[in-house]
Amino acid sequence: MKDLLELTALEAHEAMVAGDLGAEEYTAAWREATAGDELNAYLWRDEGGEASAIAVERDCVAPIAVKDIFCTEGVPTTAGSRILEGYRPPYTSTAVRKLIEAGAPILGKTNMDEFAMGSSNENSAYGPVLNPWDRERVPGGSSGGSAAVVAGGLAPWSIGTDTGGSIRQPAAFCGIVGLKPTYGAISRYGMIAFASSLDQCGPLTRTVSDAALLLGILQGKDPCDSTSLGLEGGIRLPDREDLAGLRFGVPAELARDAVDAGVREVFERTLAKIEELGGEIAEVSLPSAEHGISAYYVIAPAEASSNLARYDGVRYGMRVDGQGDLIDMYETTRSEGFGPEVKRRIMLGTYALSSGYYEAYYGQAQKVRTRIAEDFSGAFSGVDFVVTPTAPSVAFKLGEKTDDPLAMYLNDFFTVPMSLAGIPAISIPAGLAEPEGGGPQLPVGFQIAAPAFAEQRLLDAAYALEQGIGFDARPGGANG
Amino acid sequence: MAELEAVIGLEIHVQLATKTKMFCGCELSFGDEPNVHTCPVCLAHPGVLPVPNEQAILYALQIGLALECEIAPRSIFHRKNYFYPDSPKAYQISQYDIPICGPGRLGDVRIHRAHLEEDAAKTIHVGGSGRIHGSDASLVDFNRGGTPLVEIVTEPDLRDAAEAAEWARLLRETVRQLGVSDVNMEEGSLRVDANVSVRPAGSEELGTKTELKNMNSFRFLQRGIEAELARQRALVEAGGTVVQETLHFDPASGTLTPLRSKEEAHDYRYFPEPDLVPLAPTEEMLRKAREALPELPAARIARYENEKGLPQDLSVLLASNPTMAEFVEGAWQMMPTANPTAVANWATGDLIAALRKVGANEDFLDRPVSLEDFAVVVEMVDAKKISHSSGRIVLAILAAEGGDPEAIVEREGLAQISGDDGELAAIVEQAMADNADAVERIREGNNKAIGAIVGAVMRETKGRADGGEVNRLIQERLSS
Repeated sequence: MKDLLELTALEAHEAMVAGDLGAEEYTAAWREATAGDELNAYLWRDEGGEASAIAVERDCVAPIAVKDIFCTEGVPTTAGSRILEGYRPPYTSTAVRKLIEAGAPILGKTNMDEFAMGSSNENSAYGPVLNPWDRERVPGGSSGGSAAVVAGGLAPWSIGTDTGGSIRQPAAFCGIVGLKPTYGAISRYGMIAFASSLDQCGPLTRTVSDAALLLGILQGKDPCDSTSLGLEGGIRLPDREDLAGLRFGVPAELARDAVDAGVREVFERTLAKIEELGGEIAEVSLPSAEHGISAYYVIAPAEASSNLARYDGVRYGMRVDGQGDLIDMYETTRSEGFGPEVKRRIMLGTYALSSGYYEAYYGQAQKVRTRIAEDFSGAFSGVDFVVTPTAPSVAFKLGEKTDDPLAMYLNDFFTVPMSLAGIPAISIPAGLAEPEGGGPQLPVGFQIAAPAFAEQRLLDAAYALEQGIGFDARPGGANG
Repeated sequence: MAELEAVIGLEIHVQLATKTKMFCGCELSFGDEPNVHTCPVCLAHPGVLPVPNEQAILYALQIGLALECEIAPRSIFHRKNYFYPDSPKAYQISQYDIPICGPGRLGDVRIHRAHLEEDAAKTIHVGGSGRIHGSDASLVDFNRGGTPLVEIVTEPDLRDAAEAAEWARLLRETVRQLGVSDVNMEEGSLRVDANVSVRPAGSEELGTKTELKNMNSFRFLQRGIEAELARQRALVEAGGTVVQETLHFDPASGTLTPLRSKEEAHDYRYFPEPDLVPLAPTEEMLRKAREALPELPAARIARYENEKGLPQDLSVLLASNPTMAEFVEGAWQMMPTANPTAVANWATGDLIAALRKVGANEDFLDRPVSLEDFAVVVEMVDAKKISHSSGRIVLAILAAEGGDPEAIVEREGLAQISGDDGELAAIVEQAMADNADAVERIREGNNKAIGAIVGAVMRETKGRADGGEVNRLIQERLSS
């Protein structure tokens, strides 16, 4: 048998089910590995199995790292924010409960951009996560910790959340697989809300098969989440070997100029690989997609401004008593508890919803959102999938974009439209490219999007492509 | 100047008597220790989601049907955003532009809409003015927070304070008989606010309105509206203009004071609640709601007046007490030839008096006099077997100790003394002899003096004589 930590989650699961691998020994090896976190990827490590107290008798699913946005009873849950410092939720999110019930021990809670707002993990109140490929670079965000632990050998797999690309973009930056399922596939209950109509939980894994295994555990209609639907028929492991008969649409509006040369090259090479595997490349039109970022940065902050209003210091988390009455306490607590990006979005969103501005901003953004969804429906009448690079560049340097929120927002250009349309999309590692400005080669993600609830077809195709690409580059490791 | 006409509309909040809260499983209670009926959802912990209470939806449909409202095939929940300690999420889930119940009518008043929402928690501000600003401390009890509410809004169809209070009583009775609320104004399960304005009589335009709050009885509602109408009339007649504001009724002084503008200057930033799907009542739910509707007061009043010839006050009295009405309807069936008004008067007057005397439940829920015995007593009086006052005595004995009405008449010697057997004639003659001065005065044309003779006969017979019969016997003897 390979080194325990080299096993994919699926391999480990099969070995445990077959009795060839002891769950205790396997989990212990991972708990030991988490102790070597030099990436600031974990905010809390579960050394004593605290979070998994209700585990089934025999763990047979690989232990997992959980983004610190999932409420877990009795263990710290901060969403990367100062305002939730010290908060230990009185209940457990449905996603984490399902993992624990399936027999997956929790390794710890991973670092993230505060309230999932960010594309670089630099907005965490607890310091940035470092990219395991190059510690001077960001791991992407907002699920940066969840991506870094998988890429950096600190967890076999993890879960994150994706609102506008927060699973797919860090997966691309860290050279792993990241899947944002259809909105409603996985319960949002207990997942701290950023933008409720967009937020979706999903897997970050080494392989497409691992993503399928994890999605199968997580998906399902939840009586605690009225907007959840689950995936009918569940998810089986993918085994497709070619792409014969499948049509892949490349958006005509894809701003190839806005994409770094290295990323573009990997993208073109991947299109060629698709054809090699029997797939067909076609051009599709998504005329409204270019307005995705504008619409997203109205809708998401609007919902966030309402979702984050509950953090007032009264019932839980941080409280800073002001000089005067209750209103003063609210203001002082929120001023000191939220970071600059969160404040920026609360202000943006409050403005967009204000009387007199609602139609011009929120109303208009919702219309764009509908148009984008219609664009995708139109495209899917001619092709099975829509493909794009996951992000316009490889991982950028820490601090490179922190002074320019707009440049940071543009990082989500390729991932936001799928979020607005509520459809599933996966990022798989497609190769390595040299960053603009030079330096060691870094991973490039390839994004495949499918119609709503077509996760099985998406995973099957992604698996075939993954096998065809044969990406096997690895970072030096968390300690390397 | 033309006379000023009052224009009044009401906004009624009805707390639904469901088992649990609107969006979580917490029990509803009144008067329990503070903060015992709470959970992560109604305390707005991070990550929680609302799940609508099906029973509340059913109750709202019943109210809508009872008010002849158009039921929306698909209504939407909105978030109403505001910072205040009574709202832990900092928004209330309510309905905005598409309520569950559209236009309807109750009696002469048109209903504008009725919608579902959740109640706020209870707050007490200690120190200062008793309001949040400048207070030393604010205390919150979340037991009430999240109680299902239906808010009913009328059109401005009411024209004076007494009419408004009377209509509000009809509404309360209607909702009470649906069995969907306790409708207790003192406990706050029914809260009536009034929108009041004046305009020149005959004008179609609406004047500037003020909103009156905190009138926790029908009497206060009427007094509050009266006071505000007097103020507005005086103001307008003196050449002033009414300013739109919210006024708080103080039951102790009976006066209205404006809330500080800072407390009402809200921009609620309404937007569709992304955590809930549209509310689309199924055929099954509508059928259930229709089947649960009893005959409602307005229909009952009309039926009693038109079919039974009951006077209006008696109809209203019966319609507001369905248990008594059911009893009276049973009596009408047993005595098809009896005068319906007389039967109803027996039940609502003499029987109730007898029941009250023995401390029985006066709303007829707990009645020790059976319908059969009641009918026997009424028929004995009708057939002149006993006098009216003897009938009262029999009812009192039945209420106190039960028994057979005919046996009671026998045992107590209550059988009517008639003029034909000579006994009554003898008593009459004796009474006339004893009251010779009265006889003299009658002969002089003072007919009222006959009362003294009748009184003497009644005393002598212990009420067993029929008043009409006694009168006849006196007149016979006077004219002979």
